[in-house]
Amino acid sequence: MLQIDLWKRILIWAVVAAGLIFAAPNIFYDRVEGHNDAVTAIEREGSTDELEAQAAQWPGFLPSGLVNLGLDLRGGAHLLAEVQVEDVYASRIEAMWPQIRDALRPLRDQIGTFRLQESAPGELTIQISNEAGQAAALQAIRDLAQPVSSTAALAQGGANDIEVDAANGVITVTLSEAERAATDERTLRQALEIIRRRIDEVGTREPTIQRQGPDRILIQVPGIGSAQELKDIIGTTAQLTFQPVVSRASGPDAEPGVGEEILPSLDEEGLYYTLDRTPVVTGEQLVDAQPSFDQNGQPAVNFRFNSQGARAFGDYTAANIGSPFAIVLDDEVISAPVIQSHIPGGSGIITGNFTIEESTDLAVLLRAGALPAGLTFLEERTIGPELGADSIAAGQIATAVAFAAVLIFMVVSYGLFGIFANIALILNIALLFGLLSLIGATLTLPGIAGIVLTVGMAVDANVLVFERIREELKTARGPARAIELGYEKALSAIVDANITTIITAIILFAMGSGPVRGFAITLGFGIVTSVFTAVFVTRLLIVTWFERRRPKTITV
Amino acid sequence: MRLKLVPDSTSIDFFSRSKLWLGISAVLIVVALASFFLQGLNYGIDFRGGTTIRTESAEPVNVGEYRGALQDLGLGDIVISEVFDPSFGPDQNVAMVRIAPQDEAEAVTQETITAVEAALQEVAPDIQFTSVSSVGPKVSGELIQTAMIAVLLAIGAVLVYIWLRFEWQFAVGAVVALVHDVALTIGIFSELQIRFDLAIIAALLTIVGYSLNDTVVVFDRVRENLIKYKNRDLKQVLNQSINETLSRTLVTSLTTLIALIALLVLGGDVIRGFVFAMTWGVIIGTYSSIFVASIVLYRLGVKRDWSKPDTPSGNQFANVDA
Repeated sequence: MLQIDLWKRILIWAVVAAGLIFAAPNIFYDRVEGHNDAVTAIEREGSTDELEAQAAQWPGFLPSGLVNLGLDLRGGAHLLAEVQVEDVYASRIEAMWPQIRDALRPLRDQIGTFRLQESAPGELTIQISNEAGQAAALQAIRDLAQPVSSTAALAQGGANDIEVDAANGVITVTLSEAERAATDERTLRQALEIIRRRIDEVGTREPTIQRQGPDRILIQVPGIGSAQELKDIIGTTAQLTFQPVVSRASGPDAEPGVGEEILPSLDEEGLYYTLDRTPVVTGEQLVDAQPSFDQNGQPAVNFRFNSQGARAFGDYTAANIGSPFAIVLDDEVISAPVIQSHIPGGSGIITGNFTIEESTDLAVLLRAGALPAGLTFLEERTIGPELGADSIAAGQIATAVAFAAVLIFMVVSYGLFGIFANIALILNIALLFGLLSLIGATLTLPGIAGIVLTVGMAVDANVLVFERIREELKTARGPARAIELGYEKALSAIVDANITTIITAIILFAMGSGPVRGFAITLGFGIVTSVFTAVFVTRLLIVTWFERRRPKTITV
Repeated sequence: MRLKLVPDSTSIDFFSRSKLWLGISAVLIVVALASFFLQGLNYGIDFRGGTTIRTESAEPVNVGEYRGALQDLGLGDIVISEVFDPSFGPDQNVAMVRIAPQDEAEAVTQETITAVEAALQEVAPDIQFTSVSSVGPKVSGELIQTAMIAVLLAIGAVLVYIWLRFEWQFAVGAVVALVHDVALTIGIFSELQIRFDLAIIAALLTIVGYSLNDTVVVFDRVRENLIKYKNRDLKQVLNQSINETLSRTLVTSLTTLIALIALLVLGGDVIRGFVFAMTWGVIIGTYSSIFVASIVLYRLGVKRDWSKPDTPSGNQFANVDA
C-alpha cells in the first residue's frame, strides 16, 4: 500500500539537499558577496593578499550564487532610453555625396553641370543641367548601390541600400526601407555596446543593460547615486583615433620619444605599441564601419570616413605604404594593420586574422566610438540605498511574522500532520531561494511580497490533501488507505489550481517589467517548489512516519 | 484539541439565498463601476507620467511649507502628501511630492528635479531624497496598454484552460467570478482613491490566479461528485461539493490572509497598496468562488453525461488524476 520506491526517496532527499546547498549562500549574504567580488577582482587584476583573504571567507567548493537584489532593495538608478535612430539616416546619406560626385564627374558631357541642393534630412537631391542625361546619371548612381547586409534584407531577396529616383533633372537619393531597418539594427547594437563599455569602465556591480523593443535600451545600475550620474557616464564619448605606429614597445614602462606614447593592445596581453601622439584621423570623421569579407573571402571590416577624414587618410596612406598604423579606442590599440596600398575615397578595409564574429565586434567597436544617435530618456528612477535597506528590513520582519503565524496555525489545525506540512513549508522556502540563486534571479520588493504570498498559499496543497484524508478516514478503510486515497484524489485539484496560477505568473513575467517581473518570478517558482514539497516531501515524511509507528488510527 | 474552522461535516444550503448573493454582487459591481467612471482612479506616475520624489527628514513634514516652496517654480499641478508607517523611526518623516508631466519633455528634466530639490532644501535643510522617479507620457501610455492586455490575456488564458479541463459552463462560471473580483478591486481603489500603479496590476493578476485557485478546487469536486452521484439534482451536488471543500477553502484563505496581513502591517509603505489589493482580492475571491462561480454554474446547467466515451470537449486533458 503506502509505498515509495527507494530511488524516489533518494531522489526527493537529493533535490531537497541540493536546494538547501544552493540556498545556503544567502544566509551569509555579505560574506559570499565579498567572496564573489574578490574572485572577480582576482580574475581581472591579479591576486593580492587582501583579496585572497576576502575570497577565503567563503569556501570555493560551495555554490556561491546569490539572489540578486533589485534596484528597489539595493538602491541605484534606472533609465529607459530611446535611441533616436533617425539621426543616423541623415549622416549616412550625406556621406554618400563624395562617392556620387565622383561617379557623376565623368558624365559631365552627358548631364551637364550638377550640384547638390538643399534637401530634407535623410535625402540627397541633385540638380543636373541637362535633362537628357538623366537616365545616365540615374544609372551611374544606382551602380553605387550596395546590397544590404542583414539577414532580414537577405530574406527579402537582397535589397539595395539606396533608392534613386529622378524627375525633371532632379535626382533624389534616399535610404531604402531595408537599409533603414538594417541601420536601425546597427545603431541599436552600437548604442548598446557603447553604453556597456561606458558602464563597465566605472566598474559597478551587476549592471543591467538590455535592449527593449526595436529602439529602446533599459539601463539599471545598482549602487549609483542618481539617474543624472548615470546619464553623465553614458554621455561621455569614446575616443577613437587612427595613429601612426612608430614601433612595438618592449613594455608599458619603455621610454617613448618626443610626441610619442605607449599604448597596450586590446586583445593581446603584454603587447605594447609606441605610437605617434598626433592622430591621422579621429573617430568623429568615421561615418560607418561594417563587417565584410576581403578578396580572399576572409572576414574583414569595411569603414568609411567623411570627406575631411577621407582626404587626410588618403594622403597619409599614399605616403606610408608598408608601414603599420594603429586603430586606438580609449587608449587601447584595437588593431595595428599594415597599409597595403593608397586608400583614396575615404573608405578602406581592415583585414587581419579575424573570425566572422571578431570582425562583427570590431565593426561595432569602431562605430562605437561615439554614441551613434541621440538618446531620449523616457523613464528615470533613482532609489536611495537607505530606502532599499528599510524595505529589506520591513520585508524580513513581515516574512518572519507571516511565517511564524502560518506555522502555528498549521500545528493548531492539523496537529502532527501540521508539523509535517511545516517542515515542508520551511524546505519550500529554502528550495525557492536555492532555485532563485541558481538562476541568478533578481529579488525585488514585490518579489518579497510574492514569497510571503507563497508562504500563505504553499500550505494549500497540503491542506487539500489533509482535508481529503480526513474525508477518506470517515469511510474507514484504515489509515494507510485513507492517506493513499487522500493524495490520489487531491492531486487533480492541486494540479488544476496551481496551473492556473502558473498561467498568470507567466503572463505577468512576459508583460511586466522590473519589480513586477521580480514578483512573477518568485510567485511562479514558489508554486513549483510548493507543489513539489507538498506532493513529494510531506508524503515522504508521512509515509516514513507511518512505516515506523504503524498507528491503528490517525487523526488529521 | 484541534482548531476546526468548519465542523467535520456541514450541510449549509448555499443556494437558498442565491438571488440575494447575486443581488449583493451586482449592486457592489454597479457601485464599483460608478465610482470608476465618476471619480476615476488615482493613477500613479506609471500610468499618467510625471515625477514623484520621496523625501525624508528628521523635522516633521510641513506640507504647507513644502507647497509654498514649490509654488513659484511654475510646475503646474503638484501633490504633496505625508506618508505614515509603523515601521518608521521617530525622526523619520516621509513625504511624497508628485509633479505633473511637463509639456515638452519626455521624462521630467534634471533641471526641474534639481530646482524642486533645492526649493525643498530651503524649507527643510536636512531633507533627503530617498527616491526620485520620472516617467514620460509616451511610456506611461504604453504601460496602461500593456497592463490592460495582460489582465485580458490572463482572463482569456484561464478561460481556455478551464474549458479544456472541465466544460464551458465551468469556464464561464470561473470567468464571471474573476471579472467580479477584478471589478470590485478596481472599485475599491477608485472609491478610496488609493494610488493605482503598475504593481497594482500585478496584484490584480495575482487575484485572478488566487480566485481561480479557489474556484477550481470547488469545481474539481463538483466534477467528481457529478460522476459519483449521477442521479442527484445539480443543486444538491453543487451544495455538497461546496460543503465538502468548505474547510479547505477557509483554511487556505485564512493562511494566505495571515501572511498578507503581516505584510500589510509590517511590510512598509512602499508596497502597501500592492499588498492591500491582494488582501482585498483574497477576501473577495473566497466569497466569489463559493457564491458567484457556483451560482453561475448552476444557472447555466451542466451536461451530466460524463461517463460516455465521446464527451466532446477535452476530456483527454482531464485525466491527470488517473
